[in-house]
Amino acid sequence: MKAIRIKDHNELFQEQAYLDQFENKREFEAPWPKEKVKEIAEWTKTAEYQEKNFARKNIKINPAKACQPLGAIFCSSGFDGTMPFVQGAQGCVAYFRSHLNRHFKEPLAAISTSMTEDAAVFGGLNNMLEGLENAYTLYHPKMLAVCTTCMAEVIGDDLNAYIRTAKEKELIPKELPVPFAHTPSFVGSYVNGYDNMMKGILSAITTGKKGEPNGKINIIMGFDTYTGDYHEIKRLLSMMGVDFTLLSDASAIFDSPNTGEYKLYPGGTPLEEAMDSINASATIALQQYSTLKTMDYIRKEWSQKALVLPPIGVKNTDFFFEQLSKLTGKPIPQEIEDERGRAVDAMVDSHPYVHGKRFALVGDPDLLLGLVSLLMEMGGIPVHIVCSMGDKKFEDEMQGLLAESPFGSEAKVYAGKDMWHLRSLMFTDPVDILIGNSYAKFLWRDTGTPLIRMGFPLFDRHHLHRYPVIGYQGVLNLVTMIVNRVLDEMDRKTIDTMSFDVIR
Amino acid sequence: MRQIAVYGKGGIGKSTTTQNTVAGLSQAGYKCMIVGCDPKADATRLILHAKAQTTVMDLARERGTVEDLEVDEVLLTGFNGIRCAESGGPEPGVGCAGRGVITAINFLEENGAYDADTDFVFYDVLGDVVCGGFAMPMREGKAKEIYIVTSGEMMAMYAANNISRGILKYAHSGGVRLGGLICNSRKTDKEYELISELAKKLGTQLIHFVPRDNQVQRAELRRMTVIEYSPEHSQAEEYRMLAKKIADNRDLVIPTPISMDELEQLLMDFGIMESEEAAA
Repeated sequence: MKAIRIKDHNELFQEQAYLDQFENKREFEAPWPKEKVKEIAEWTKTAEYQEKNFARKNIKINPAKACQPLGAIFCSSGFDGTMPFVQGAQGCVAYFRSHLNRHFKEPLAAISTSMTEDAAVFGGLNNMLEGLENAYTLYHPKMLAVCTTCMAEVIGDDLNAYIRTAKEKELIPKELPVPFAHTPSFVGSYVNGYDNMMKGILSAITTGKKGEPNGKINIIMGFDTYTGDYHEIKRLLSMMGVDFTLLSDASAIFDSPNTGEYKLYPGGTPLEEAMDSINASATIALQQYSTLKTMDYIRKEWSQKALVLPPIGVKNTDFFFEQLSKLTGKPIPQEIEDERGRAVDAMVDSHPYVHGKRFALVGDPDLLLGLVSLLMEMGGIPVHIVCSMGDKKFEDEMQGLLAESPFGSEAKVYAGKDMWHLRSLMFTDPVDILIGNSYAKFLWRDTGTPLIRMGFPLFDRHHLHRYPVIGYQGVLNLVTMIVNRVLDEMDRKTIDTMSFDVIR
Repeated sequence: MRQIAVYGKGGIGKSTTTQNTVAGLSQAGYKCMIVGCDPKADATRLILHAKAQTTVMDLARERGTVEDLEVDEVLLTGFNGIRCAESGGPEPGVGCAGRGVITAINFLEENGAYDADTDFVFYDVLGDVVCGGFAMPMREGKAKEIYIVTSGEMMAMYAANNISRGILKYAHSGGVRLGGLICNSRKTDKEYELISELAKKLGTQLIHFVPRDNQVQRAELRRMTVIEYSPEHSQAEEYRMLAKKIADNRDLVIPTPISMDELEQLLMDFGIMESEEAAA
């Protein structure tokens, strides 16, 4: 069979006919002269522009974040037989789905109640009632997890009351779990949405389930979009012989094997296990900022030990295993000690190339804290740390971390700033390496700083999310990515010199 | 902690009644808090002796986000230890005041304004229940007890009936109950009898009839409740009575709102409104 050849976007628009067309169109676009555009572009690289850029108040340009319902949907789709259900407009839900599709390259089902103008005027009750009935009848979920978009929040839709009404009218069975979370898109980001939904789900399904202690440990990953991390945590806990419940196992749906058959509900945390999570001996969250309210709830309402132990980097992973061992009384097995040894060996092998390199980082709070810790362990120098969804608490925590190492002294933390701020910083105070999500490629394009893709979303490179970033295996993967990017750049820079070497 | 929302037609005297009642409750030894849910932000001036309290939304507007606020900046303490907060909201004619109420109440809740040893929280809510935002105090088990301030004027009664419909909506799902009507007298004809009858029709009680007295205005001009300004005055005693009745009230009902025709019939029965045939 011959491969079909179709000209793609890259090729097609470089044909003369198109080039001519673009040029001819310019006349109608009333553009600024090319020289002027170039001049302004140059000006945006200056310290003078940076000052104006940092004075800007009423606009965000490329913030590294997305809105709450995205996190809520991600959280609920990790429970078995659960259909995410969004009270709001269709376009929003299409966006959440495509955003997750593009990152994981996996399909995701989610329901919108299709609120339109009349719903905005009269309230969304009817949309909710009809939506719940249809969703239950058509898709037979074991749980419907409800969250909201801006529209439902602005008009003040009362989810609690609406869901009760649906059950009283017997549109859905009384015993069907329908947890909910108010997730206004204009407040916070997906880490808060994840948190709100997790708290909503746990509080709804564990009510009245307090019973005999089950001796297990609950694990909450947080808004972790590395499916490899889910496999990794299961592997590690099994190796240690720890009995656990993973609350929201996103790997089932976002890393489901291709068997040629589509499954609407490919698995996830079994609801019975999730309901029993109230009887566990402790809960461990692997992220802090996406579990703040949930962990607070678990401490107060379940009277359960709730520890936040993010295992990114050697020191953090050490601490994770120490605490886990203390908590469960299980020793850390030799295999894990060996993995640690290998990770440290890899760091020793590569550190000459990372030591003293200057980094800019942009991303989610927990990932940034982990990465900065790891970089400093290898003598890397974090310089610009931008966290668009960061707050004062994050800023203080990051400052504390930086103060622990001599390599942290150059760093400045920018909470609430965006990638356009970072662009200015990278021009006035250039760095060797940039770490960020796919949107950071525009910074690579503008500044020429090599980019290591980490975080969420990763749209333009494949399979990165399949490799764990947590634990010692995660250290190995991160070190591999970082050092090889440094070496790629070294080759590129030495290409015409005698230093273009085969051994690095 | 009992959470109570006070609704009623605009200008009926909700804020005055609420503040005087809360002053009475606090004198009886209860720890109280008032949350004003009206962009006009005039629900706490008599307690704080201030022109207008800095509201949650004022500061949010200034800082750009509500997340940068500290609860102490918006939760002030006034007469007799009463704690006061105002939601505030947009300028007239723009934005969404209802969302302002939601944002403000969420903020107060998340930042621990509702401490466990508070006995009473009063929400003073603007006008009718005009949108989902103004129903916020009734939602998710916040205020379970509603009082409606009304008078013998037809539109005030009409509003009371409308508000009962709003309560009915939340009664089955959220457990919200009507505690009674408070008649803030306008000295209209047969006012006591009329509101007693309206209360009966709505399935509730006229919990107290507050007579009209200029002492209220005199106290207001000095930014005080009557209870603080002239504790010996008979009007102060009226508010103390209302406070006691609310504290002791166990008569919480699901209201039975009536139709517009029934409401007009009520006015005709009392000879306040002429029937169409008689008018012709």
